[in-house]
Amino acid sequence: MPAASGVMTEVSWPELAQIVGKEYLRAATAADAIDGVEVQRVAEPGAPEELAHALRWAQAAGLKAAPRGGGTKLGWGNPPAACDLVLSTARLNRVLEYAWADMTVIVEAGCRVADLQKTLAEHGQRLAVDPLWPEQATIGGILSTNDSGTLRARYGSLRDLVIGITVALPDGTLAKSGGKVVKNVAGYDLSKLFTGALGTLGVIVQAIFRLHPLPRQSRSLSFSGKPESLNQLLLAIQASKLTFTGLQLRAAQGNTHLDARFDGTAPGIEAQVKQVQQIAGSVAVSEAPANVWTTHQAIWDGATPALLTKFSVLPTQFAAVCALAERSARAQSLAWKIVVQNVGAGYARFEGNEQGLRTALLTLREEIAKLGGTLVALDCPVAVKRGLDVWGAPSDAQPLMVRVKQRFDPDGTLNPGRFVGGI
Amino acid sequence: MEARILNEFRAIVGESGLITEAEQLSTYDCDGLTMFRVLPLAVLLPTSTAQVQAIVRVCHREKIPFVARGSGTGLSGGALPVAQGIVISLTRMNRILEVDLPNQRVVVEPGVINLNVTARVAPDGYFYAPDPSSQLVCSIGGNVAENSGGAHCLKYGFTTTHVLGMEVVLPDGSLVHLGGLTVDRPGYDLSGVFVGSEGTLGITTKVILRIVKKPEVIKVLLAAFNSTNEAGAAVSGIIAAGMLPAAIEMMDNLAIQAAEAAVQANYPNCGGLLLVELDGPAPEVETLMEEVDDVCTKCGAWEIHVAQSDAERARVWTGRKAAFAAVGRLAPAYIVQDGVIPRTALPQVMSEIVRLSSEVGLRVANVFHAGDGNLHPLVLYDNSVPGQDKLAEKLAGDILRLCIKAGGSITGEHGVGEEKKMFMSEMYAEPDLDTMQLVRCAFDPENLSNPDKVFPRPRLCGEKPGVYEPHPLEIAGLAQRF
Repeated sequence: MPAASGVMTEVSWPELAQIVGKEYLRAATAADAIDGVEVQRVAEPGAPEELAHALRWAQAAGLKAAPRGGGTKLGWGNPPAACDLVLSTARLNRVLEYAWADMTVIVEAGCRVADLQKTLAEHGQRLAVDPLWPEQATIGGILSTNDSGTLRARYGSLRDLVIGITVALPDGTLAKSGGKVVKNVAGYDLSKLFTGALGTLGVIVQAIFRLHPLPRQSRSLSFSGKPESLNQLLLAIQASKLTFTGLQLRAAQGNTHLDARFDGTAPGIEAQVKQVQQIAGSVAVSEAPANVWTTHQAIWDGATPALLTKFSVLPTQFAAVCALAERSARAQSLAWKIVVQNVGAGYARFEGNEQGLRTALLTLREEIAKLGGTLVALDCPVAVKRGLDVWGAPSDAQPLMVRVKQRFDPDGTLNPGRFVGGI
Repeated sequence: MEARILNEFRAIVGESGLITEAEQLSTYDCDGLTMFRVLPLAVLLPTSTAQVQAIVRVCHREKIPFVARGSGTGLSGGALPVAQGIVISLTRMNRILEVDLPNQRVVVEPGVINLNVTARVAPDGYFYAPDPSSQLVCSIGGNVAENSGGAHCLKYGFTTTHVLGMEVVLPDGSLVHLGGLTVDRPGYDLSGVFVGSEGTLGITTKVILRIVKKPEVIKVLLAAFNSTNEAGAAVSGIIAAGMLPAAIEMMDNLAIQAAEAAVQANYPNCGGLLLVELDGPAPEVETLMEEVDDVCTKCGAWEIHVAQSDAERARVWTGRKAAFAAVGRLAPAYIVQDGVIPRTALPQVMSEIVRLSSEVGLRVANVFHAGDGNLHPLVLYDNSVPGQDKLAEKLAGDILRLCIKAGGSITGEHGVGEEKKMFMSEMYAEPDLDTMQLVRCAFDPENLSNPDKVFPRPRLCGEKPGVYEPHPLEIAGLAQRF
């Protein structure tokens, strides 16, 4: 893109080296490219102030920057219009304050999810999310991509668990919103604005979460059947008084399962298992395989080229989505798989050839839009998403979103072009 | 207000939807916080989104500030009118538009009363979880503005947890949809930003709510302690044991006396009363109730009682929910405060409150959402004694400062509104507040929607247009920027 190449030769990288320290600024390699867009440098600031300073420097130099945590979801979004500098949060990886008796934690953005969970487990607690690749993914990364997993059925998504946030804005401002108390309505809730904003408004440097106790015991069942009958069973379980902590539908060609997880005390679980079996009636049931609750992660593995999409529909529409996915896949001779959580958000994977994947994406997106839902292409060969917006058609709030972006990042320094409608 | 503008308003809402007589306007001169009163130029009562849009377009054209108002039960002066502006009352937009039980969604207009949502879905075993004490009269639109909580938000979350989407009239009169029926819609979570923005970002005209299935069993335990410190230790014990009760409420002796006098809730007369509500599958609740009983006993509870019937449980809650008003029986006037502290700071903050209260010679009753650290001190005073109102106000403010010092917040559920905007700069640094202003400027660059609330001083939104790369859709001629 013209904006980047025009300034490259005049960039005074030694200035940035002074800000973050010489040893923490390096030339980028091919591995740092984002969707094929080459990056010039990678900086690893060692403090929030350093990161904010580096960002201000980038803005003043007219450079484009991309924040990076564990780098597990860098391919999400549209290919960047340009990216000169990757700002890594790798060195901002501390758990700053763990108030276990208050069930809150203050953590830096670069802390890996699994590392945080390990700390919290020492007091029998957890951050009640199970995002993708917790061993590598960071707090800043899961927040920016709004990545939640199966626990959402009970504990809500990240937006419901984050109670405070500190961000660095492109003009170098370090700002916080919220705080370390669970209940707090003072001022605008910027935590929610930044959750899922894909690093286009500022860089998250710190977050505060409310925590939950680890379950005392847990038991999961899997039901097998046709998508329609399992969708009905899912609705029946939702409409019952059962307190499941996970409820998901897994589907592929001729092979569909419904998984339900119950946590709590032994007598509580036993009663619920009995009850859910009564509700299920004659539907085939077994103890769930141990890895069933990481299906949302396993679906990312398989033959390539592949297209991985995130869709969101109403719970009553799951069977319809399975039918649509199968139809789109069959028309293009693709293999397909789906895993969807009861709240309505799920992943659909297609494997085959690039042209077929692109056609399937466009068809399925249109069909799901007719249902009132949304479908976003998260991961696929660049050729599949070239020239189209991976996020789908913008809503009537798009002009307002553009205004928000302009206020926070007037020069378009952060992740230009990657978000909805080209934000 | 100029006759031509009034005529225009009249043409939009009709004669019966426009109030301009001073004595009728005075009904709207304050909300639940009666110490601030301002007479608006006019009050408009629209009945549809189109009318709200038309009103706001006029306001935008004429630069007339407007304040949206629901039932007017807010406790921070959020719906306080602006002297040169109008009030837009949403009470006539009170229809429940859609109930989708299988998907657990209800779509309502903003004037719908909170409890009416539950009433509508209760026959099918559902409820709307946010339950502010005013739920009999407060509106969903007001709940959205304030991000209202309630006793049960410890487990079930706040209004923001239960709002999936909204239709909003922006301050320039345009109509947008934030969020929607399905979760995780692409784009910024502007629905999440709008909830709790206290009417400063626009007016919501339709709200998509999530409803929740009623639990199999609900049990309430009452435990009497000699002090709030002992009761506080029990709360910590319950949390440390890995339980997440539906609610944990605490009252001190003065609050208990007030509640008893008002509704005869049958509370034991003690120094610190704990209400612990557990819900879920029957065997689970039974097991955990025994543990709660154990923890309370170990922490010094001298009377423990589990409500035996739904009627008794309702009576227990009536006492708690009536506590604010009941304090009116102990003193001619009182100020309700709404600070939040980390739960573990309770003993230290309580003893500071006792010290401050004895220093100025005013009594403070304490009602506390103990599970989430939300403290509601009620500062009692006599408004016939000259100067005592100022003393009470100062004491209430000093209590907030204690909360800030303890790492907490100046408001857990009542909002900043008019009352607490000066405290915002004690809780947040200048860059924090400036950053929040970026949001307001994106929504309302001319500062027309409930202006001068929430933030300590008005800011101007200098236009700073951004520089953008063209989007592929634009290059292809498939989309354009607005």
